[in-house]
Amino acid sequence: MIYDILQMLIFICLLVIITIPLGSYIAKVFTNQHTFFDFVAKPIEKFVYKITGIDESHEMNWKEYALSLVIFNFLGMIFLFILLVSQGKLPLNPQKLPGISSWHLALNTAVSFVTNTNWQAYNGETTVSYLTQMLGFTVQNFLSAATGLSVAIALIRGMMRHSTKDIGNFWVDITRSIIWIFLPLSLILSLILAQQGVIQNFSSYIRVHTLEGLKQVIAMGPVASQEAIKMLGTNGGGFFGANSAHPFENPTPLTNMLEMLAILAIPASLPYAFGKMVKNTRQGWAIFSAMLILFVIMLGTTYYSEKTGNPIISHINITGPSAMEGKEVRFGIAGSSLFSTVTTAASCGAVNSSLDSMTPLGGLIPMLQIMLGEVIFGGVGSGLYSMLIDAFLAVFIVGLMVGRTPEYIGKKIESYEMKMSILAIIIPASTILIGSAIASVTKTGTSVLLNHGPHGLSEILYAFASTTGNNGSAFAGLNSNTLFYNLITSIAMIIGRFGVIIPALAIAGSLANKKVVPVSVGTFPTDNVLFSVLLVGIVLIIGALTFFPALSLGPIIEQLLMNAGKLF
Amino acid sequence: MSKKESTRMNINSKELIKNAFKKLNPATLFRNPVMFIVEIGSILTTIITIMDFIGKSAERNFDLQISIWLWFTILFANFAESLAEGRGKAQADALRKTRKDIKAKKLIGNKTEVVLGSTLKKGDIVLVEAGDIIPGDGEVIEGVASVDESAITGESAPVIRESGGDRSSVTAGTKVLSDWIKVKISSDPGESFLDKMISLVEGAKRQKTPNEIALTIMLIGLTIILLLATVTIEPYAIYSGTKISIPTLIALLVCLIPTTIGGLLSAIGIAGMDRLIKKNILAMSGRAVEAAGDVDVLLLDKTGTITFGNRMATEFIPAPGVTENELAMAAQMSSLSDETPEGRSIVVLAKDKYGIREHNLKELNVEFIPFTAKTRMSGININNNKEIRKGAIDAIENYVKEKGGNMPEEVLNAVKMIAQNGGTPLVVAENERVLGVIHLKDIVKGGIKERFADLRRMGIKTVMITGDNPMTAKAIADEAGVDEFVAEAKPETKLSLIKEYQANGHLVAMTGDGTNDAPALAQADVGVAMNSGTQAAKEAGNMVDLDSSPTKLIAVVEIGKQLLMTRGALTTFSIANDVAKYFAIIPAMFSATYPQLGVLNIMHLKTPESAVLSAIIFNALIIIALIPLALKGVKYRPLGAAAIFKRNMLIYGLGGLIVPFVGIKIIDIIITFLGLVH
Repeated sequence: MIYDILQMLIFICLLVIITIPLGSYIAKVFTNQHTFFDFVAKPIEKFVYKITGIDESHEMNWKEYALSLVIFNFLGMIFLFILLVSQGKLPLNPQKLPGISSWHLALNTAVSFVTNTNWQAYNGETTVSYLTQMLGFTVQNFLSAATGLSVAIALIRGMMRHSTKDIGNFWVDITRSIIWIFLPLSLILSLILAQQGVIQNFSSYIRVHTLEGLKQVIAMGPVASQEAIKMLGTNGGGFFGANSAHPFENPTPLTNMLEMLAILAIPASLPYAFGKMVKNTRQGWAIFSAMLILFVIMLGTTYYSEKTGNPIISHINITGPSAMEGKEVRFGIAGSSLFSTVTTAASCGAVNSSLDSMTPLGGLIPMLQIMLGEVIFGGVGSGLYSMLIDAFLAVFIVGLMVGRTPEYIGKKIESYEMKMSILAIIIPASTILIGSAIASVTKTGTSVLLNHGPHGLSEILYAFASTTGNNGSAFAGLNSNTLFYNLITSIAMIIGRFGVIIPALAIAGSLANKKVVPVSVGTFPTDNVLFSVLLVGIVLIIGALTFFPALSLGPIIEQLLMNAGKLF
Repeated sequence: MSKKESTRMNINSKELIKNAFKKLNPATLFRNPVMFIVEIGSILTTIITIMDFIGKSAERNFDLQISIWLWFTILFANFAESLAEGRGKAQADALRKTRKDIKAKKLIGNKTEVVLGSTLKKGDIVLVEAGDIIPGDGEVIEGVASVDESAITGESAPVIRESGGDRSSVTAGTKVLSDWIKVKISSDPGESFLDKMISLVEGAKRQKTPNEIALTIMLIGLTIILLLATVTIEPYAIYSGTKISIPTLIALLVCLIPTTIGGLLSAIGIAGMDRLIKKNILAMSGRAVEAAGDVDVLLLDKTGTITFGNRMATEFIPAPGVTENELAMAAQMSSLSDETPEGRSIVVLAKDKYGIREHNLKELNVEFIPFTAKTRMSGININNNKEIRKGAIDAIENYVKEKGGNMPEEVLNAVKMIAQNGGTPLVVAENERVLGVIHLKDIVKGGIKERFADLRRMGIKTVMITGDNPMTAKAIADEAGVDEFVAEAKPETKLSLIKEYQANGHLVAMTGDGTNDAPALAQADVGVAMNSGTQAAKEAGNMVDLDSSPTKLIAVVEIGKQLLMTRGALTTFSIANDVAKYFAIIPAMFSATYPQLGVLNIMHLKTPESAVLSAIIFNALIIIALIPLALKGVKYRPLGAAAIFKRNMLIYGLGGLIVPFVGIKIIDIIITFLGLVH
């Protein structure tokens, strides 16, 4: 237990240490300051603009920015969709896997990777070719992460600038994100992972005779190159169906630690970058602290619940008291609890254990983290912009109490910002609630459930939370590769992604156009611990108000019933 | 005060209750989306209850009680609004009563025609003679008269109103005491300041202020989220093998949506206006009151605001070989005929400090020499041999040199000293002999320094504007404790200064009375015009101070802040309340299907029905309980934002979390005791 806690503490410490250098690097990249990497990146950037004809100096208002973003992502979906259905005729396909015949699965997968969700209704090794993995999934892993990051940067610009309609250039932001941030970090991480045993090849699958004399097919592929961005971009789509529980994706405790750090590295650095960019790092730390407080609460609860385990099983005396079902022995309770907390805190969705097998309370936490809006560090960029929207709400609700109309980072929060912030909260929340409601009372919705009773409801809720929150992890109990689920989750992913991005950009545009209100002692302070705690409270209260009824009929009652001796 | 007490009596409680019912009209309630949702819920529940009674359903007793309390929830909110409205209207009516049925002598060509004051239009010209009541707001275009404005300001001393200049504006309801004036009416019927003000306290006509709109959007958003959360319970319940009755779901919804703030929001706004009227300030828009809370720069005229309007003698500095008494005596003599406040202050100082009684002038053969622009001196000649003069240093110097005297070095030094400290030196001479210097000083109003310190703690910067030279200005600024000052200001300085502050994101408030203040008053975010000021100034500003007291600005800022704080406090309270309500209702809803959820019933409410009923009763009663707070406003303290926030968060945030747990439990005990539900 001491080692478990030590592991978690080390993780948190390393995370905090990464935050400062990476955060200030990101801030420099997006404020066009000199970085040590310029000598490589600058020429590449110039080259990209030259061949694409991007005018670097062109500034966009929020509508143009949003339109460019939506068109770009939409084209990405079409490209990926075509690639998926036609992969059988394309090269780099040693297993001769056919094109995906189910159009709704192809659609779902295309939407999933473009929206940074990486919800996988398919099994990687039996469905997609190496070309699809690389040109389709890996490319979208980069682009979707860069999209999220760009939106966060645009929102920060809204706060940095004043009396202008311009919030930056989407093409420039996405290009710089990739060249300066995602590519170099992915390269380094891939090399380390490969060194640790993650495979990187184009071989066809190997047939081996096992010691028991059985025949087994071992899947191969260019894993390391995809694994790095899968984590760094909080994408989470596994090369293999088993995701990060697969030894070729996550072979050692070291890679486990590195992969977890990679998931949170950029999301956790962004608050600091935000602080740097608005010239008050305390503001950044206040946001970071709120995220960290929530993270520790969630991690503690998951670990406690998994460690305590299932009382019914422990009475039978076959294992210890803890819940080892569905977990890799390599990682144990701590490594698995930490990983699942990290992956659902960030909108990553990579998993190294089966979430479905967790204790009800342990499973509640990943679900709750997604339902809270993926703000506990969250996805790359999306975590920060969603948390900032919560900050606007927090400032608005309680900021009035100091006797001034609310302001945040020198910007007045008025009816337009409120409208957009509220939309960014309502849109995903209603998608989860309504989607789950439809699924829970229709035959098509409930017929594919592996479990019934409250656990079945948890599986449905999780599916909608995960797709809407662009997380992508799943309670595996739900066989989601059906027309109904493929379509409805595709819709959920699109709404959950753009239903927050567009309001966030609208806020960016509106804030950029405002004057800066000078700070005085009469200003509601948003750069201290009190504000962090307040933000935690607002995030929890809004989440609880929205989902408490649903959760109490799912995981909460399940936990209570389990304690009373009833399982599902 | 007796006037105000009597107006409060005018609020008829029957009228209030009638109004509360009138406001149930969906067409008007639609303006308040949160309460509108409650009304829809109430109607639905009532219909279900009626059907229960027809079908003799077992639920009928319970559903009936839910319906009743839902209706009470709306009525309580309406009552709060009526109460706030009633108070404001009563005050406004008292002001308006003075102008009812005033007969006006309207000038048509050379003839006058007697018409009713309420029919006068903008541009009409009326003649007002001694004993007449001025029939409408307007501007004196001809004549001069003394006017009794006590009906508006409560100040009994009559004031002079004359055409041209800064004293040309007259207010309806005031009375001309002597002479006559011709008044050009400046507003159409129903558009005078008072009419505008009255419309601000009438809920139905009231325009929402920007912050109220933003808050309403937030509350609508919250309501939609909670509506979804409640509506989707039914499918989840069906999945779980149970069904929740619609009245129970509606009860949960109404408990959860922010009815506390939703119900009291307009009452808070109206009450803010009431508080302004109570301070004798008429606001032209609710927006201005809100902006007052945000103001972070106050532009203050030195004269009249920071200092008393006039300089006063504070000290006699004798020349070498002259005693202080001698100087004081001469100074007093020279000022006996001087009716200016400065002159009188010299007499008073001599009397108070040196015990010099006023002389019996009749015994002396005296001739008073008045001040002229040419000599720039005034004084007195006694018995044709003693000439006492007082005046500026150069005038006196010339005077004594002519008589063969000279100006002692010490006196020159004293003059210099006084000027350096921001005072005005007056030199006194008797024939060729210089007696010494009188120190005239701007007197900073008592307590003003503390007010400015308070403002500083609130994060508000004070800027003093004066036409004085920088040296004088600095001395006063230091003494009064303002943050900044602008000396040698010209009329247009104010406007450019305001623009400059606004460009840097500040919100600026100022007071003004003259026509040349009008552009600045219009530019300022909060412009308070003095009622004694010109019509132009009053039209440019967005508030009028009936007492014409420049320090009112500070009160305006406090009222603005209080208004915003009250909204914030009740919003926080309202949302924090929801936690307890979930804990009361959710376990109750599923008590049959999942008795294990009873663990969440941490209040140990007796039965599921009593739990739901207690929550809805608490929800309705808390509105009534908070009406006094909504009307009075959250107590305001001049502290920094961080300190205010901590305090209010503790009271309304934490309080909002805990109070409903206690309240619901107590109600549960009572209704179980009364046997209202099984």
